Amino acid sequence: MMLIQCPWCGKRDENEFVCGGTTHIARPPSAVTDAVWGAYLFFRENPKGVHLERWRHTWGCGQWFNAARHTVTHEILAVYRMSDPVPDLSAGGAAS
Amino acid sequence: MGQKYSAWSLLREGFSGHRHWSPAWRDAAPKPSYDVIIIGGGGHGLATAYYLAKNHKITNVAVIERGWIGGGNTGRNTTVVRSNYLYPESARLYDFSLKLYEGLSQDLNFNIMLSQRGVIRLAHSRHDLDGVSRAANAMRMNGIDADVLTRDQVAAMAPVADFSPDAPYPILGGLLQRRAGTARHDAVAWGYARAASALGVDIVQNCEVRGFVQENGAIVGVETSQGRLRADRVGIAAAGHSSAIASLAGFKLPVTSYALQAMVSEPIKPLLDTVLISPGTGTYVSQSDKGEMVIGAGLDLFPSYAQRGSFAVTQTVLGATLAIFPCLSRLQMLRQWAGIVDVVHDSSPIIGPTPVPGLYINCGWGTGGFKAIPVGGWTLAHALATGKNHELAEAFQLERFNTGRLIDEAAASGIAH
Ligand SMILES: Cc1cc2nc3c(=O)[nH]c(=O)nc-3n(C[C@H](O)[C@H](O)[C@H](O)COP(=O)(O)OP(=O)(O)OC[C@H]3O[C@@H](n4cnc5c(N)ncnc54)[C@H](O)[C@@H]3O)c2cc1C
Ligand SMILES: [Zn+2]
Repeated sequence: MMLIQCPWCGKRDENEFVCGGTTHIARPPSAVTDAVWGAYLFFRENPKGVHLERWRHTWGCGQWFNAARHTVTHEILAVYRMSDPVPDLSAGGAAS
Repeated sequence: MGQKYSAWSLLREGFSGHRHWSPAWRDAAPKPSYDVIIIGGGGHGLATAYYLAKNHKITNVAVIERGWIGGGNTGRNTTVVRSNYLYPESARLYDFSLKLYEGLSQDLNFNIMLSQRGVIRLAHSRHDLDGVSRAANAMRMNGIDADVLTRDQVAAMAPVADFSPDAPYPILGGLLQRRAGTARHDAVAWGYARAASALGVDIVQNCEVRGFVQENGAIVGVETSQGRLRADRVGIAAAGHSSAIASLAGFKLPVTSYALQAMVSEPIKPLLDTVLISPGTGTYVSQSDKGEMVIGAGLDLFPSYAQRGSFAVTQTVLGATLAIFPCLSRLQMLRQWAGIVDVVHDSSPIIGPTPVPGLYINCGWGTGGFKAIPVGGWTLAHALATGKNHELAEAFQLERFNTGRLIDEAAASGIAH
């Protein structure tokens, strides 16, 4: 069971959250090729390692936030707000 | 090699203390060059090698497996085989697979223990009942056997479930495919491996693919932990690790890797001789030949490459199982595990060429590709041998994620596995 740090409520059980998938995906303008639009909708890095992703504290405060999480260890290296830039993860994680 | 299994060979070996069985297949060291290399020694990779040799007479083939054959999802799945999909393209594909399964023990001379015990999808609500009728109609239109069961008919087939008036999830009816059932997962991997090996295929274990060798953009070989191997046709059948391998060749896939978990109880006396799937509560249950209750869950819904499975989902699936089978409440669980599955947006596979010339892929089976091992191997072998898509695979191309012609079984059938 992961303990996830909601930026508003603090550490809570994984059961209270829903993962919203990869974050920081920029929507292309509407006049683009099918390949660009397909890439935007469906094609992902799917990394075996650190993944920047969205979570929602659905059965808590209901807020969305971003997390940097390792997809093998499930360690959460950083939690940051939706509009924040990608945090510097080189120091080995900012999770408190 | 070449030993034929039969009642007679069993009797003969039995009388001589089982000392003379030969290994079922040859554990090969890699040669420097092949006509075709398959990456991944799961069911799909092994079946591809077998059908390359059998259907297309291409035998200078290697299956390159990072660990041991069948150690991925093929050896971790709950072995449900069925073909009750909604769309015609899927129905054709999966029913071709089920038909191959029906003849596979004979074809491979290896008992894959196919047990067509039926699979029942339970309906717990009025909405579920409508869904059952819709699915049954679609299946019949596709020429697939389907029976709509009343509550009493489900109760007659699976009296062990809770049919009492105060059941938390009342069972109001079900959708039965009689030809569906289970097969022995290890036997499918080993049966294909043995038959492919007998036709000359090299099965190379403990050999990881770490890169590709390309000339003018086209594939001419793979870099492995046991050195460089040349081949100008390479097939990927690596399930949850497909994205990692695609990235070695410089392209992306519409795949997300998730953990899917299952668990078994201690063995008990015969209790359930069919498979029950309860999409509404998120559990499905069968009983293995050893007597263990085999319980499968839905996905752990966050990207993962950890073959463990989250305890949050374990709790959910056990809760759901007890709601339907209160009689199991004193049962001890023996093992829980997970496999990493390759989920795409429409829950339909990808079988065909990649953007890199010479490189083909079979992936996207997600939570339900065990049933598709025969057809996945058949169609990938066809693409590798002829350079053209098999007609069954025509609709299941990578290109559909650009054209938008998805085959959305996820929303349609509402059932995993
Ligand atoms: C818990 C669970 C329950 C399931 N239940 C069902 C079910 O009831 N019915 C059903 O139809 N399906 C089910 N599935 C899905 C099914 O198991 C898979 O779709 C199917 O087994 C995929 O087969 P495969 O050969 O493609 O993959 P795998 O069997 O996973 O084989 C892929 C192989 O590739 C190897 N590999 C990866 N990377 C490399 C590399 N770099 N170099 C060399 N080798 C590599 C891996 O080691 C692995 O052995 C279930 C899956 C799970 C996890
Ligand atoms: Zn919160």
